[in-house]
Formats: sequence, C-alpha cells, structure tokens
Amino acid sequence: MCLAVPGKVMEIEERDGTRMATVDFGGVVKEVCLEYVPDLAVGEYAIVHVGFALQRLDEESARRTLALFEELGLLQEEFGDPWEAAAGQDGPQAQEARQ
Amino acid sequence: MSDTTPQAPTAAPGPRDLPTVDITGWTCPTPLRETPRVVMGHGGGGALSAELVQQIFAPAFGGELLAQLGDSAVFALGGQRLAFSTDSYVVRPLFFPGGSIGDLAVNGTVNDLAMSGARAAYLSCGFILEEGVEMPVVAGVADAMGAAARAAGVEVATGDTKVVEAGRGDGIYLNTAGIGVVPAGVDLRPQRVVPGDVVIVSGPIGLHGVAIMSVREGLEFGVEIESDCAALGGLVQTMLAVTPDLHVLRDPTRGGLAAALNEIATASATGVVIDERAVPVPPAVANACAILGLDPMYVANEGKLVAFVPREHADAVLDAMRAHPLGAGAAVIGEAVAAHPGMVVARTPLGGTRVVDLPLGEQLPRIC
Amino acid sequence: MKYLDEFQNPELARRLLDDIRATVTRPWALMEVCGGQTHTIIRHGIDQLLPEEIELIHGPGCPVCVTPLAVIDKALEIAARPDVIFCSFGDMLRVPGTDRDLFRVRSEGGDVRVVYSPLDALKIAQQNPEREVVFFGIGFETTAPPNAMTVYQARKLGIRNFSMLVSHVRVPPAIEAIMTSPSCRVQAFLAAGHVCSVMGMDEYPELADRFRVPIVVTGFEPLDILEGIRRTVRQLERGEHTVDNAYPRAVRADGNPAARAMLADVFEVTDRSWRGIGTIPASGWRLSERYRDYDAEHRFSVEGIATREPAACRSGEVLQGLIKPHECEAFGTTCTPRNPLGATMVSSEGACAAYFLYRRLGSTPTPLEATPVV
Repeated sequence: MCLAVPGKVMEIEERDGTRMATVDFGGVVKEVCLEYVPDLAVGEYAIVHVGFALQRLDEESARRTLALFEELGLLQEEFGDPWEAAAGQDGPQAQEARQ
Repeated sequence: MSDTTPQAPTAAPGPRDLPTVDITGWTCPTPLRETPRVVMGHGGGGALSAELVQQIFAPAFGGELLAQLGDSAVFALGGQRLAFSTDSYVVRPLFFPGGSIGDLAVNGTVNDLAMSGARAAYLSCGFILEEGVEMPVVAGVADAMGAAARAAGVEVATGDTKVVEAGRGDGIYLNTAGIGVVPAGVDLRPQRVVPGDVVIVSGPIGLHGVAIMSVREGLEFGVEIESDCAALGGLVQTMLAVTPDLHVLRDPTRGGLAAALNEIATASATGVVIDERAVPVPPAVANACAILGLDPMYVANEGKLVAFVPREHADAVLDAMRAHPLGAGAAVIGEAVAAHPGMVVARTPLGGTRVVDLPLGEQLPRIC
Repeated sequence: MKYLDEFQNPELARRLLDDIRATVTRPWALMEVCGGQTHTIIRHGIDQLLPEEIELIHGPGCPVCVTPLAVIDKALEIAARPDVIFCSFGDMLRVPGTDRDLFRVRSEGGDVRVVYSPLDALKIAQQNPEREVVFFGIGFETTAPPNAMTVYQARKLGIRNFSMLVSHVRVPPAIEAIMTSPSCRVQAFLAAGHVCSVMGMDEYPELADRFRVPIVVTGFEPLDILEGIRRTVRQLERGEHTVDNAYPRAVRADGNPAARAMLADVFEVTDRSWRGIGTIPASGWRLSERYRDYDAEHRFSVEGIATREPAACRSGEVLQGLIKPHECEAFGTTCTPRNPLGATMVSSEGACAAYFLYRRLGSTPTPLEATPVV
C-alpha cells in the first residue's frame, strides 16, 4: 500500500488547472501532482506516492529523530552494554564476505 | 517521548458488536498451474523462460548440447573448438539512451560467445521489418549494427530480410547468430564452480534496464543514465590472459544479476553468498528502483559480466579487469559456498540475510 | 538531508537493536500492518536481527492480498472486453481470480496496461477517445487520495471514456476486526506511516484504549522500522498502551486535510470483503453517488459472476497470524510463489512467499537458520 519515496521539488507549474511539479528523486526526475500539498515550495521535500505528493517532509523533525538514535548509542557506551559481546559474534560474517 | 498525543477521535465508532470474522470458512482460488497461452513472463529470462525451454524446446530438439543450456554451445568441428550462439531482439523503443536495437543485436550475441571464452568471428543477421517503418529508421539501425560490429572486431557475414504487415510487428525485430573460436585450455562452465570461488562483477549494475524503463510508455522518467550496452570480448580476453582457468562467466541480461547467479548456483550445485554493500549500484539506478518498487539485482544489463574465479587468481583477475575500460568498476561481490546448494543469499547492509530468488517473469513496478 | 540514506545507517541500526535488546524481557507479538513495512523487514533481514522474544506478524496491509475475489473477477471480465483499455498498478497482474489472472487476459488479447500513476490512465483516456479506459483503483488510505483526485479530474475535464473500478480499504476497521477475532495473538501494532501521512492519527486512540494495545505510527526505512519496534517494546514492557508517532517527519496529527476533504467528496464508506479475512463493516470506500458516472461497476454490467475458491489453502489464518505458512497443508506443495493458491503467496512480500524462501534456506544447516519469523 505504501511504496512512497522522498523527493525534492525542482519546478512548479499549473497544467490544466492542476498544480504539478518536477520532482527529483536523487537523479531520477518525475512529474508529480502537488494538489494535496499546494504550499510546497521549490527546494522542499515531500513524500510521493503513485505520482502525488502526500505530505511535506519536516527537516527539523528528521534531524531530531536521527539525533535521538545517536544518543541511544551514547547512553549505551556510558552504562556499558552486556549484549555488545554477543552481538559482535554475528558481525564478522558480513566482513568475511566483503573481503 | 511521544511526539503527539492525538485529540479525541472524530469519527469515533465507539465500542460496538462486530460480527466474528470467520476465518475457517474462507477458501482460496484455483491455482494457475499452467498458462494455456504464452504470457510476457515467458520472455523475461526468469523461471517461466526456463520452464518453456525445459518443458517444450529441449524435449523437442533432444540434443545434448542444448541440454547444457549455456549462453552458447561449445563443440569441436574441424579440429577446432567453436562457440555458437543466437539471440533475438524485440526492444521497444528502437532507440534509447546509450544505444539502439542494432547495438544490442551485435553486442548481445558477441557477449554470449564471449561468456564461453570465444572471440566472435562472424555474425548472421535477420531483419523482420514491419510494413510502413520509415527507411531512415532502418538505415539508422543498420548503421548502428555496422559500427558495433567494427568496434567488436566481428564481421556480419550473412543475413536475411522479411517484412510483416503493418500492425504485426514493432517496427523492427532482429535476430543475430554468431560463431567464434574458443582458445585452447579455456573451459567455462557452471559445473566447474567450487566452494571458495570468488564472484566478481565487471561494473555498476542496472544501467540498461533503467535506461529502457525511463523511456517506456507509462513509466517515463528523466534520468541521466545510458544503457551500458557494450561488447565484452576484449574484456574477457584480458581476463583469460591472466589465467585461462576462470570457472564460469555470465552476462547478467534479462533477470539481472539475480538470474545469472541463480543459474550458476543451480547448474553448479553450490551456494552463492553476496555482500550487498559490495554490489556496485549507481545512485540513480537505486533511486529509480526505489520509486518503482524494483530490486536492482533483477534489472537487466547489456555490458556487464559476472565471473566465478578460483580464489588464488582473484586479485590478479580483478586488477586486469580494472585496467580495462569496460571493467573499471569491477568489484568482488561474494563467493561460492558449500552451504545451501543452488541458492543465492545476500547479506544485507544491516547484517541480516535474504534469499535472492530466481525472478519469475516480467519485472513490474509495484505500489505495495 | 535526503531522507533516505540517513535512515538506513547500519551503525545507528545497531544502536537501536542494542536498545531493543536491553529493554525486552519476555516474548511479544507485534503486527506490522503494512506490506511495505514487511518488504523492508524481509529485504534487510531485520527479523533475524531482533531478539528472539520479538515476533513480527505480517499484517493484512497489502492491497494485492486483500482485494476480494469478486472484485478481481470483475476486473478480469472488464479487462477482457475488446473496447476496453484496462490500466492497473503492476502488483495486481499476478493475482488469481476464479480461473485466470490479468497476465492471462492479456495473453488472450485483452489490452491490459501497467501504469505508475492513476493520472497516467487518465492521460491514456485522453489519447484514446474512441476506447473505454478503466483504472483498477485499489489500495489503502495512501493510494485513495491519488485515485480520488484522478476521478475528480476526469469529471472536471469531462473525460467521459474514463472510469474506475474501486476497491479501497481502510486500516482502522481491520485493526478492530483483528483484535476482536477470537484467537488473536497480536499485542501491539506498528501502524502504517504513509496511511497516517494522509489520515493523521485521530482514529487510533480509541482502538489503543479499547483493546489495550500500543499503536506506534512507523515509517518504512530500516531505522524507522527499528524505532517503531523500539517504542512499541518500551510501552509493552511498561504495561502502557498509547498511540505514539515514530515517523514525525512525515506524519502530523491531523494528516493531510486537503486529501481528507477530497476523499470525503469522492468516496463514501462501505462494508468491504477482505480476501482471507472476511467482511469487515465500514472498512472500505466506494465512489460516492456524485461520481456514479465514473464507476466502472456501474458503467459495465459485471454483476452475477460466479466466484469460486477451493478450500485448499489457509491464507486467511496466515494473514491473521494464527498459523505459520508451513502449517498449511498446501504450503510448498500445491502452493508455491509460481503457482499461488492464495494471496499471501502472490505478493513478493506476502507472508507465505517470504516464508517459502526462509524455509528453504532454513532446511540447510547453516548459521543463516537464525529465526525464520513470519
């Protein structure tokens, strides 16, 4: 139901009375309908599903989330993590295959 | 750490009696055990294609060489070991970013021969033209073929032309067959793969498939990607110059890297383990696949090869490949293993694993 | 910020996993509602990385899996008509109806086209005024607004040869049905982030409260999934059951008001039969009276098709997490990804299809055996 990907608005134009945008998905450019997020501006990111922008992506919030993940690690290091040793054991497999 | 505490429900149905969902009474559809007609998936290079060959063509022809199901047949004739192969081309559109059906028709067959170590010597060419197709289009395709043949060092030695009524063809269909000599001491077959062999891919994957999709009706998207269509004979000779003892080569065309690796795993009865982080996927290929819900491992290539190389030669072969223009992006992506014979497994960047199965048929964009 | 690679970072994933492992003390069964999330889990092998206490049950959130047989059969009949160009998302082509699928209809001469967006189908209608163009409008609340806008545009532009076969489904009634089914084992939900991008979260507190289950709105990148699980496990261990948003960059409390307004105009709520689950009251959308002229079921006479599903597969129980796929008699024998008996085997992220791969893998003695969780 939910294959929706983040894209960056490059250009906006009205076509047949519909608000459309050229959206860049990391080097892949598609036409996207902006009717549901009409105040989206050039340079902003949105979640796009089957050719429609459905929601603006909030950069501030994304940064907060990532910062939270970073903090988790710090807390772990501070208090020590009994699982670390166990977890380390399945790590080398991947490194092996990587050569 | 809750970011939002939503307000009271607006459309609150409130507690109410739901009919108990009766799961035991539920039934399922009749299986589509077989398709009474050919479906597009039979041409997709996956499981359906393989079934068609195994169930209809191989029994009908009965030959031993065909039963090996290689990209080309290798046999002795007049004291020399020859490789012989054919392929047909039905690509749409005829011209696409980075090439045309003409380039494909030459390079595809040259590459099929190269995968058995042969240097292509002569090609045949069959044109099936649709009534009404414009002459400059035919000339453009022919010119592309000529240029590709000269670049690959192969001669188009014989040919044929047929015309079908308007509406009964897609402008131009092409068939080429090719023949070449396999050097002494070279024996490239999946049966030679042993656990410990190193898997090398010659460069970034998915370029051809994404370039074609970007101009296909209903999917169009803009991307600065061109097909990787190229003749690999030179690269293969470079690799064989390091050691004739390569075990198997495949060009991962339809069905992509996944199909090529599965074919080798099945035919060699070894397992294959791939490190996904090591597989070279250009960002634009990854992003196009993300939008369409496709996996780059299943997307077609037309100028790449995957090699299973004895571990002791792997470094030297990789260095030689990287020194060749068509192998500059070569990378070790995994190895053959004794575990899970016939199966390809990828280690994910997070350290998990997933099975990379043989694709069924056509790769379709999905929303889910 | 590209909103993609940042949320796939293996080092941060390890930190999230560490935190989950440090928190969990006993077994929990979580359902990820959306097929897209199942896909991420399988694709990245996340299920094998979780502590064994955590069981992920794949939810019914794949529109391909749950579209009712009767609607599939209608689609097949309409698609086979010589005057029709039938447009669909790619996922739907392999789903079996009573005796065929869209691939087969195409091989028998039907004009079936795969499109990326419903607007592409509208464009095809404009380019082929002499043909009837029908779009197969399936999906959850995420896909409903694009389909609604397409019907709205068709009416606005007066494109008379366009119609839509609509079979939309809604998540909250499904959660309610799963929780009220007698043998339900689900203790918490990862709610589908993109559904909530549209609908917001105000339908969930009542469900969390009534069934005493944590509901955590979760995104689709690997770190999003792990964060959803982390927050869920935290609540479970503390005995809490609130609605939480682990995907705030794309989900606001009120969702997308413009999209919700369009949905209210174009669609109306209806009871809907879910393949594998049964009829769930008020769980679907159909075109509202105002858009009747664009309803393919209205335009083409497709009533009274006899549907038939043999009682060979227990896809319904798999979908609800009541049995593991291999406990079904048909699994791996008469039912494989190539010859799917049921919807759970059709989709690449369907529970049976996923399990099919892991079971084959698990049958060999390798360290990969891990925990094949469905």
